[in-house]
Amino acid sequence: MTTKFFGEPVRRREDARLIIGQGRYLDDIGSGAYAAAFVRSPYAHARVLDIDVSAAMDVEGLLAIYTYEDLTGPLAEPLPVLIPHPQLTAPRTGYPLVKDVAQHVGEPIVMVVATDRYIAEDAAGLIEISYEELPVVVGVDAAEAAEHTVHDDVPDNIAARHHQETGDVEAALAASAHTFSFTQYFERSASMPMEGKGVHARWDDADSSLRVYSSTQASTSVRAAIAAKLELSMEKVEVIAPDVGGGFGVKIVHPWPEELLVPMAARRLGHEVKWTEDRREHFISSAHERQQRQEITVGYDDDGRITALDVLVWHDNGAYTPYGIIVPINTATQLCGPYDIPVYRARVNSVYTNTVIVTPYRGAGRPQGTFAMERTMDRIAQERGIDRALVRERNLIQPDQFPYDWGLTFQDGRPLIYDSGDYPAMMAKLKVLVDWDGFAARRAEAEARGKLLGIGMAPYVEGTGPGPYEGAHVQVLGSGKVLVSTGLTSQGQGHETVFAQLAAAELGVPLEDVVVTTGDTRRFGYAVGTFASRAAVVSGNAVALAARGVKEKALRIAAEVLEADPADLEIDEGLVQVKGTPGASIPLRTVAVLSNPLRYAFDEAARQATQFSGPGDDSKPPVAVGDAPGLEHTDYYSPLRSTFASGAHAVVVEIDPATWEIAIEQYAVVHDCGTIINPMIVEGQVHGGVAQGVGGALYERMAYDRDGQLTNASFMDFLMPYSSEVPDVDIDHQSTPSPLNELGIKGAGEAGVIPGSAAIASAIEDAVGRRIAAMPISPTELYDLVRSDAERVTNSSPHDSGAMA
Amino acid sequence: MKPAPFGYVDPTSVDEVLDVLTSEGEGAKVLAGGQSLLPLLSMRLAAPTTLVDINRVPGLDQISAGRDGVRVGALVRHAQLLASSEAADVQPLLGRATANVAHPAIRNRGTTVGSIAHADPSGEMTAVLALTDGSVTVATPDGRETIGWGDFFLGPLETSVHGPAVVLDAFFPALPERSGTAFAEIARRKGDYAVCGAGVVVTLDADRRVSSARAAYLSVGLVPEVHDLTDAVVGQPVDTADWTAAGELARGLVDPDGDLHASADYRRLLVATLTARTLADAGAEAARRTA
Repeated sequence: MTTKFFGEPVRRREDARLIIGQGRYLDDIGSGAYAAAFVRSPYAHARVLDIDVSAAMDVEGLLAIYTYEDLTGPLAEPLPVLIPHPQLTAPRTGYPLVKDVAQHVGEPIVMVVATDRYIAEDAAGLIEISYEELPVVVGVDAAEAAEHTVHDDVPDNIAARHHQETGDVEAALAASAHTFSFTQYFERSASMPMEGKGVHARWDDADSSLRVYSSTQASTSVRAAIAAKLELSMEKVEVIAPDVGGGFGVKIVHPWPEELLVPMAARRLGHEVKWTEDRREHFISSAHERQQRQEITVGYDDDGRITALDVLVWHDNGAYTPYGIIVPINTATQLCGPYDIPVYRARVNSVYTNTVIVTPYRGAGRPQGTFAMERTMDRIAQERGIDRALVRERNLIQPDQFPYDWGLTFQDGRPLIYDSGDYPAMMAKLKVLVDWDGFAARRAEAEARGKLLGIGMAPYVEGTGPGPYEGAHVQVLGSGKVLVSTGLTSQGQGHETVFAQLAAAELGVPLEDVVVTTGDTRRFGYAVGTFASRAAVVSGNAVALAARGVKEKALRIAAEVLEADPADLEIDEGLVQVKGTPGASIPLRTVAVLSNPLRYAFDEAARQATQFSGPGDDSKPPVAVGDAPGLEHTDYYSPLRSTFASGAHAVVVEIDPATWEIAIEQYAVVHDCGTIINPMIVEGQVHGGVAQGVGGALYERMAYDRDGQLTNASFMDFLMPYSSEVPDVDIDHQSTPSPLNELGIKGAGEAGVIPGSAAIASAIEDAVGRRIAAMPISPTELYDLVRSDAERVTNSSPHDSGAMA
Repeated sequence: MKPAPFGYVDPTSVDEVLDVLTSEGEGAKVLAGGQSLLPLLSMRLAAPTTLVDINRVPGLDQISAGRDGVRVGALVRHAQLLASSEAADVQPLLGRATANVAHPAIRNRGTTVGSIAHADPSGEMTAVLALTDGSVTVATPDGRETIGWGDFFLGPLETSVHGPAVVLDAFFPALPERSGTAFAEIARRKGDYAVCGAGVVVTLDADRRVSSARAAYLSVGLVPEVHDLTDAVVGQPVDTADWTAAGELARGLVDPDGDLHASADYRRLLVATLTARTLADAGAEAARRTA
């Protein structure tokens, strides 16, 4: 391939359109559609006794009211368990509308359709539902105690017991020179995309077909789910993800009840129907993530090298398990990060609570795992009196240890084998970037100003780019335009830019000739979805392969015209030419025209391909056996297993001991996602991830009360950081290409968020000298912490000498 | 997140406003900048029968700064007040507090008088009205009436004005001579409602000794609170005044509630800290003005 465009900081091609309001988001579609609104459970756990719709029936403009009783066939069955797992022994999912018992505040009970959303909400407000309140389970501790149950037939509230180990951890702990144990908590946050979910459906009665727009990360799978649940044949359903205003994981879950109910209503009413989620609905009925209690025991030697690690995690999966146990598996398998840990055991109990479901949110279990591992590293450093960076360095997997086989099974069902990396070099870069060794002077300077300064660090390893596969179609039109389409969807990551870069680089065409379409099942029917930092790895390689197929065909056709050997041809700036022979060339667009032998000349270009336009080879059919008309190619990339990206963050916080406000003074990131297609986009992904990491560490929490009411279900009280709260980020790249795919790519989408809480907790602890046992932490909590009897903490500076014992 | 049905009128004179309010009764609600009211409508936490939009009433968008104080009309936006150097010259607290009101987009639309009429104890301008011993002018069918801040604020989101009435302006008395002011708040995110805020006025005697130190707080009580902290610092030379002691005095005087973002204890800490810091700044300004 040519290197033009590949690795260049090409500006995002989608931004101008999105920024000036020419994006086409879900709510921009179907201005004449009927509108749906939902009556959702106001109780966290309650039996629905009676639904009285009589008052609502009088509302002018009301078109339909649906309850569970109106669902038929597969729609009346529970929603699918998307990712079954043998250790998910008690999977439970809800119904599209509550059948009997609501299991969390926000679960939909009644769907109202009216001529517009205002009227739908008026009618919804008049529906009277009587409930029998049931005991509520909130938080992992209450779930474990199991005084009350979420699901009657799951008496211990445990959905899954996930267990993996690499050896006899108890023996290894017994043989360790030192051990300690501790327990810590991690709170809930959520994806919170700027655009919530939304569905628009149009039923074509004459054609018996359905077109659905959904703000989703997985349009092909939504299509399959709708076809199955509405008992339609696949070819009668098309699903399109239009411009999607962020996903971050919440939109990979499917089918959401609304993705089935809106098409159902459109079909029954014979009219377009639309539902656009509002922010309160998003808070109480979409997915959250991250709450865990972690019980950690570690064994280590005098130098701080870990000899055994045993982790028991209580993971809150909310009321249902539609996405299986992917999040707790990620915690269990990604916890060890870049460290060489001889014996490791992870046990996760995934428990039900009467709260919104927990499914992947950017990072997907890894921030919690990193929090566990990195807090362990800090404690070992403190126990042994060793610099925190040095303890980490002593435990790192070395470059000559790749491929590093953990003997564990990753979330894609494939072996957990780190493909490549250079963790010592990465940590060395980080120390330079944040001036780790020069920190004492900065701390002293802050102290002189009456401020507490602290520094922390946290590396991580992230399994990215899992299969099973993605595909791409690349086609050159007679106009010279190059169409690239993937079934994989986009939510703002910049796929229009990087996929175009890949196609342009392979094909040798100008970037502006390439048009990318993603997530439209009319254009590409086979895909998995956008999650797990996989688009660049899996779809990226598929785009390159498809473009290469087109190039091969183009060179073959051009070789005939130019009477040259295809091996002597190259394509540059859309021109196929004989290398080193100026003038011997043919435009790629002409090759595209010639690739499709024609009878009819519908335009000037097409004339060249018609049957009387020139001498043909009468001994062969116009389209050779085994060949196909058109200059296009479809190809797929199916990875053997995941690639493992890595990175390390360091953060300096300044704390005002008169207010306990926490300010981030410096945030440094070293990032390794293998070969980089577009460094500007990678940095943007890192920035966004860091913003969410800072949010999760210092601002965001889902504040459920004991009754299961989410007390901060608005942006006034759920504190997503503003740009004013997000620090500037110093980034240094490292590139260890993945040997698993030809482009050497590893994923970059989630990385920025993963070590945020771990690094920030470390820095705060370093500043105030008190043990932090839960994140996030706010100033009022920090004030409580420093006044409490929490354990005192002393970190060694890099210049102190080794172990104390 | 769609409002329940409501009627809408946009009269063009105060008399018409009062006529509509009288005929519509309790269900009518005055709309000025809408930055508090419209979200309440969208969440269906408020469902007035009629919105009486006063934005077309002429003459209410004026700031008049005179020797005795600043009068701010009911349609003056926060941004307009923030930009008014005439207002700041007469009463510097106006600009200093307004700079802390939310974000530019909200300041461009929201009105100072609207936030006072909304009577939110976490509002900056309610505190400033109290600290400056200000008042509001209320129009009713019986005529116009001036109501001092102490009689106006009854509780959170509750004022003494009932029945057909509209607040026409707020009056903030001028900063006395040999005085200085300061305003500071701590919010979880920049522009959020303050977890705690403080505005202060320090007045010196001719010998540059503290003769008065008063503070008003945001988000620490049900209504704006003004506390006289003079006892802690009275007679002390301004350059060496024990502002920390004044902060500690204030910490004992307030009785805040805890919520999701701040415990009561934490709010008391912030009262002490913000009081000491703002008094020091105000004292320094007073000293400059006593040269």
